[in-house]
Amino acid sequence: MNLQTVGTSPHRGGGFERITGQQKYVADIKLSGMLESKLVTIDSAHAKILSIDTTDAKKIPGVRLVMTSADLPQPVPRFGPQIADRPVLADGEVKFHGEPVALVVAETIEAAEEAVRLVNVQYEELPVAFTVATALDPAAPLVMDASLRPDEPLAKTNIFKEHHFGWGEIDDSKADLIVDNTYSFPMVTQFAIEPHAFIAAPDKDGIAVWSTIQHPYWLQKILANLLNLPLSKVRVYAPDPGGGFGGKQHTKYEPALVFAAVKLGCPVRLVLTLEETFQAVRRTSCDTHIRTGFTRDGKIVFQDITANYLLGAYVDIADRVVAKGSYAGAGPYNVPVVRIVSRSILSHTPPATAFRGFGNPEVNWAVESNIDEAARLLGIDRLEIRLRNLAEKGDKFIPYDKPSDGNWRQTVLRAAELIEWQKPLLPSHHRGIAVGIKLGPTTGLSYSLVRLLVDGSVIVSCGTSDMGQGARTVFAQIAAEELGVPYEKVNVIMGDTATVLYDQQTSASRSTVLMGNSVLKACYSIHAQLKTRLAKVYQIDESEITVEHGKVKLPDREAPIAELIKSALGKLGGEIVGVGEERKDAEKDHPLGGSACFYEFNCTAIEAEVDKNTGDITITRYVTVSDVGKSINPMQVHMQDEGAAVQGLGHTLMEHYIFDEKGRIRNLGAADYRILTTMDLPKEFYSETVENADGPGPYGAKGMSEGALLCVSAAVACAVGDAIGTTIKDLPLTPERVWTAIQTQKSISSPQ
Amino acid sequence: MEKLVPIEMNINYQHYRLNVSPIKRLLDVLREDLDLIGTKECCGIGECGACTVLVNGRAINSCLMLAVEADGADILTAEGLSNNGRLDSLQEAFLEKGAVQCGFCIPGQLIAAKYLLTQNPHPTRQEVEEGMAGNLCRCGGYERIIDAVISVAEKGEKQK
Repeated sequence: MNLQTVGTSPHRGGGFERITGQQKYVADIKLSGMLESKLVTIDSAHAKILSIDTTDAKKIPGVRLVMTSADLPQPVPRFGPQIADRPVLADGEVKFHGEPVALVVAETIEAAEEAVRLVNVQYEELPVAFTVATALDPAAPLVMDASLRPDEPLAKTNIFKEHHFGWGEIDDSKADLIVDNTYSFPMVTQFAIEPHAFIAAPDKDGIAVWSTIQHPYWLQKILANLLNLPLSKVRVYAPDPGGGFGGKQHTKYEPALVFAAVKLGCPVRLVLTLEETFQAVRRTSCDTHIRTGFTRDGKIVFQDITANYLLGAYVDIADRVVAKGSYAGAGPYNVPVVRIVSRSILSHTPPATAFRGFGNPEVNWAVESNIDEAARLLGIDRLEIRLRNLAEKGDKFIPYDKPSDGNWRQTVLRAAELIEWQKPLLPSHHRGIAVGIKLGPTTGLSYSLVRLLVDGSVIVSCGTSDMGQGARTVFAQIAAEELGVPYEKVNVIMGDTATVLYDQQTSASRSTVLMGNSVLKACYSIHAQLKTRLAKVYQIDESEITVEHGKVKLPDREAPIAELIKSALGKLGGEIVGVGEERKDAEKDHPLGGSACFYEFNCTAIEAEVDKNTGDITITRYVTVSDVGKSINPMQVHMQDEGAAVQGLGHTLMEHYIFDEKGRIRNLGAADYRILTTMDLPKEFYSETVENADGPGPYGAKGMSEGALLCVSAAVACAVGDAIGTTIKDLPLTPERVWTAIQTQKSISSPQ
Repeated sequence: MEKLVPIEMNINYQHYRLNVSPIKRLLDVLREDLDLIGTKECCGIGECGACTVLVNGRAINSCLMLAVEADGADILTAEGLSNNGRLDSLQEAFLEKGAVQCGFCIPGQLIAAKYLLTQNPHPTRQEVEEGMAGNLCRCGGYERIIDAVISVAEKGEKQK
């Protein structure tokens, strides 16, 4: 296939607006008569609310409403993507540090801020469960009211759900070596540079909401339920988010704003501070206990994984994170016996939600670190031990799921080549290599509308959210390719549930594949209609015309579609409209409700210098190689993988929430919670792809952009482990932690 | 209500006379009073650089400066980088090198880069890393942002 636009890297769709300061994010939108609002919180992670006195707050000039749960319909409405457990505002009890107890609405933000300080909340501190251990303690306070899940046997515990996956008989397994370790993955936050923002406004007999949301149609459904409105009366505008990374997938404070806007009859806006986003979204932290059995020659005999993920006070989508994140926990290896037990544990901490990698990095680093330890103990090369176990294309490495869909060995060998695995190193330098795998979407439904206009330009309308991954560019490229028009003539419309067709969600690296196929199908529909019209115009049989890849073949000539559209449409002009539908249906008996649409596979290899006097790690070379099937836009693919690497280095080297003894977060905001800057980058950086066009998406594409984050921690930890001769078991790898591990190792190897 | 204070500023080569609240930050006045929404707010404490603007040629976090402190100042925001529809070479380089993902930090990055190149027209890579360290990008586009800045420096155009 001779591709024109696909496989090239035109400028990012929406790029011009972003470099000129014209791009409008939610916080940039002003509506006439719009009021400002602020959340009222208390400095406690778990408390019984005794009283909320709003008298003084209401006296501030310009304050229009101080809304508490008492002002909401009773019982207080609850919502959530997995279970309706979260009250619109705290209902008698605060369950995490930062849970809002009231919303102040005022004419100016200054008046709202002043009033917030004057809301007098009397509360009684309650015992707090904010770690896996304290939440699992039989004496622990119950985080979720048992009445919210009456039929659940675990309702009287803090375990929301326990998931079991695996195959074979673990008790019968024999191994020459068993590596048995427990690893901890820290609590980290998405930290999109655009803090969440929301506007709600009455809209005739319905409601309109602007949100930084990744899943506008899911928000629409939740609001319709809460307000008892038909979906058609709930309009969600979702301007391109300024970064999402999973933290903007689900409903947060939109319901509170909607109730306030309805009460006041005018638009109300809420823009979170960065500190408030820390208390709104975070990744599931996780303690993983893993026993890995090996034969003497390094073949994995079994993997026995128990992963205790710590959820927040409300489930959000985090139980799905746990299930899907642990499901492929045994990795891309052929392992005869696997047992995976993963628990979703509720706690008095901010609600955990999706975050790039969706639960997989948490377990991946444990599994990969155990393999490294085995290699050390068995005297096998750490690259070789992985190759000995890696699934080949077509292997049913998860017996009840899609077989391996890529030449993963090729990916690993390329990464090894780029890091020069076999070459000697300076004594202070060490290498690490790791692989990661993640399931793409298990279900999906994406509609799109493509309009070929009379002048040969194109409008693509689709409900994906472009939060930085560049979906606009990719869909424009596909339409340009198939309709034979220049990329610049395609306009992509997104982010309005009233005018754009339904899309299930923007997550799981799905959009290039599912929405991409949908756009492709819409273009095919245009091809078919064009054929019918041209047959009429030229009075020939349809079978004499071929329309494909942007070109029309007539019996006597060949021309780009754009050249023939005018004559095809005739005197009245107009347009040809194609609707695309791509669905991946649920599978009834599958443990996840559906098998993988594709796998994201990545190999990350690094070279690091470890300063044994300070514990400081410098990454001297970084290699990330992903199997992406086919890059629709190679530059964007590399942008995504480089970004995933940088983000992964954050939780690997420096990021974590710090709690005090009462479960309050002590490092909220950018000053005390560090993410990577330009000063923390690897000295050399290489990003490559493996492209065998073996994916289910357009032109053989697979989803990508999460893959390159999966095994960052493992690759770095494996290099550090090689440097200091022991396995590090807690992230992030701060200098203090590494230095302490070095000292401990010294005292073991040279006993007094 | 607090008394409004009259101030004058040249913003993006245009003269403004404004009456501003003494408690408003420069960021608020740009965004709310003048609709110059290209200047963004993230951390609000001068750590992330999303609100970077040039004040009398110096890169400033506009969340840390009161509007009244900018009385009489020349200010440049991202909106002022392009001239009559002609993009600044930094803007072009950011697009060309793929430095723009979600875009929220980009106006601040561009202004920080502008400042860096006016101070040091031929920076080494390390100097670019140091010069851009005050601007966070969670999409992790740093390598490409640095590449973009270096590519402009290599062209050797004089920064205005």
